[in-house]
Amino acid sequence: MKMSRALAILNGITVVAVPFAIYMALVQAPDAINIVPEIRPAQRIIYFHVPSAWTSMLAFLVTFVSSILYLRTNKLRWDIWARCAAEIGIAFTLAAIISGSIWAKPAWNTWWTWDPRLTTYTIVLLLYVAYFMLRSAIDEPGRRARFASVYGVFAFLSVPITFMSIRWWKTIHPVILDPTADFGLGPGMTVAFIIGNITFTILFVTLMANRVRLEWLSERVAALHDALVEGDTLADWQGEGVSPLASPQA
Amino acid sequence: MSRYFHVIAAVLWKDVRTELRTKEVFTSMVVFAALALLIFNFAFELRIPNKSLVVPGILWVTVAFAGVLGLGRAFIAEKDKGSLAGLLLAPVDRSAVYFGKMLANLIFILVVEILILPLITVFFNVPLITLPLLLILLLGTIGFAAVGTIFSALAVNTRAREVLLPVLLFPVLLPVLVAGIRTTIGLLEGDPLSDHLNWLQLIAFFDLLYLVVAFLTFDYVVEE
Amino acid sequence: MSEPLIQVRGLRKAFGRHRVLRGIDLDIPAGASFVLFGPNGAGKTTFLRILATLSRPTSGQVRVAGVEIGDNPEGIRQYLGLVSHAPLLYDDLSAAENLRFYARLYGIPDAEARIKEMLERVGLYHRRRDLVRTFSRGMVQRMAIARALLHNPPILLLDEPDTGLDPQAAEMMTGLLRELGGSERTIVMTTHHLERGLEIADRIAILSGGTLVFDAAASGLSYKDLRPLYDRYVGTGVA
Repeated sequence: MKMSRALAILNGITVVAVPFAIYMALVQAPDAINIVPEIRPAQRIIYFHVPSAWTSMLAFLVTFVSSILYLRTNKLRWDIWARCAAEIGIAFTLAAIISGSIWAKPAWNTWWTWDPRLTTYTIVLLLYVAYFMLRSAIDEPGRRARFASVYGVFAFLSVPITFMSIRWWKTIHPVILDPTADFGLGPGMTVAFIIGNITFTILFVTLMANRVRLEWLSERVAALHDALVEGDTLADWQGEGVSPLASPQA
Repeated sequence: MSRYFHVIAAVLWKDVRTELRTKEVFTSMVVFAALALLIFNFAFELRIPNKSLVVPGILWVTVAFAGVLGLGRAFIAEKDKGSLAGLLLAPVDRSAVYFGKMLANLIFILVVEILILPLITVFFNVPLITLPLLLILLLGTIGFAAVGTIFSALAVNTRAREVLLPVLLFPVLLPVLVAGIRTTIGLLEGDPLSDHLNWLQLIAFFDLLYLVVAFLTFDYVVEE
Repeated sequence: MSEPLIQVRGLRKAFGRHRVLRGIDLDIPAGASFVLFGPNGAGKTTFLRILATLSRPTSGQVRVAGVEIGDNPEGIRQYLGLVSHAPLLYDDLSAAENLRFYARLYGIPDAEARIKEMLERVGLYHRRRDLVRTFSRGMVQRMAIARALLHNPPILLLDEPDTGLDPQAAEMMTGLLRELGGSERTIVMTTHHLERGLEIADRIAILSGGTLVFDAAASGLSYKDLRPLYDRYVGTGVA
């Protein structure tokens, strides 16, 4: 199946945007001046760490919304969206935790500390690991999708807590998106920071589009098999607007 | 509408009646909680610099673990004997079955708490039985039973069964557990409850949220 | 003739990609005793569970008294009684307590009188205070029938009610069903026991591989006629 034009363009944009964001972060952005010189290089982690964390939240939001849509419509594509977004969300969560840890070593002189922000964020990671454990413990696809959707809704309820954790109780984790804090970014840094966030969002959309396409193709293989063996497809049965047989796009 | 509440009451009555007769779940919860307390006591023996920092954790962890033990059983008996279908045949919205089960679980856990609170008070010599603390514990337990009941129905229909329940449950309950423990620490340090009203509101808010989401999604968990 | 009480059109059910029912069309008139034969795995239980609103169809319509079951499942459930493989009883409650529980679920007025009446009819009134745990399989099944008929539903669904019963108990149960079924009540029963099914049936169908392969009035049909038919449809693997 040929890749659609839109997806090809999206992939192209991402291939250009990611090196550009790296250039902005590592070369173009000025050194931070209000911190000791030894940790100035480490400070540049912010251009990757914050976008990773932001993207993970976005991904889990997509899982949440897709889960609701699956329960409401019973359409296969929303289950695909939910699980693909959760997968990508876990990847970005790990990226944020690892990059944060790399920064923490020079800044806090430890790889890890039981700071509320770190702890709650790690629990969010476990939430979505549990999401996939639940999925893998159910054989019947309809039930798997239904149960995972219910869990996907509950799981997201506690995600905002990590966001609020640094504001609600004393934590050593810096607050970046707070104009009153003295951790503010200079103008050159702000540009790189915004570009980093936009690029990671684009990267998320691209990964999502490709991942959903892949899952849809694999459903299509199953549907083709059904059509050959059974003479019809389950999508025909359910009257899905889009049958995997008819279109490569979810 | 009154039919709806009759079904809630009937399911609650049935669960309590069965439990009073067998005492299976209840006994294991209480014995487990007592054992956990003894082990904690042993682990922290004479080395507690500040009891008010350690005891809240012990209290909530013991309640959570004993609770999950009981919750795991909530749907297993129904599932194994196939009697769940009998409940689902009741001519009302299925959420009534959820609320009946949830209230039964809530009562079981609350009774376990009533039994272990004096134990903790004696073992660790801290004043746990105060009105504000009971209020926090009640609110936290409502959230625990609200999520635990629907997740118990989820877990029982998977291959892993009750093994999966704590894995699903604890991360979701994070806000309630965190707020509960923080408030308990504050109260044990002598703060008035009014210092912790925001945490109290947070738990109440999540309790409500859990109940509403469970009310909306329970049907998807029990129907094939 | 008026509209059939139960009307099934194009009913399909798949668990994932495993197709259990592949398009069932069926009319069951009010007052009929309909028996659905079929081997294990033919989809009989799934079919009954869909009628009982325990399972949602993948596609197709099921109407009871003209109402699509998905539109008003709570209302439909009031009209249904189900006897399934599992007795739907609680071992640690007594016979009377079990029925009292179900009487509350269905909001039955004057429940105690009704419970007494049902226990007497299935011959278990003298055991009303005993835990169901202590009952024999046959007694449990009689309790299950009492439970299913407690709210006097116009439709009684029976999913292999004779499974696990010794011949004597099964005989007794068939008699009980004939007596309790009456002419008013519509009975939908599944079984793979041809003789026993024929005893109560006035209409039969054979389900095999998820489709109805035979659907006819039972009058004048004897076991001798049905056996070769059943073997031909089921045995040769007609899907």
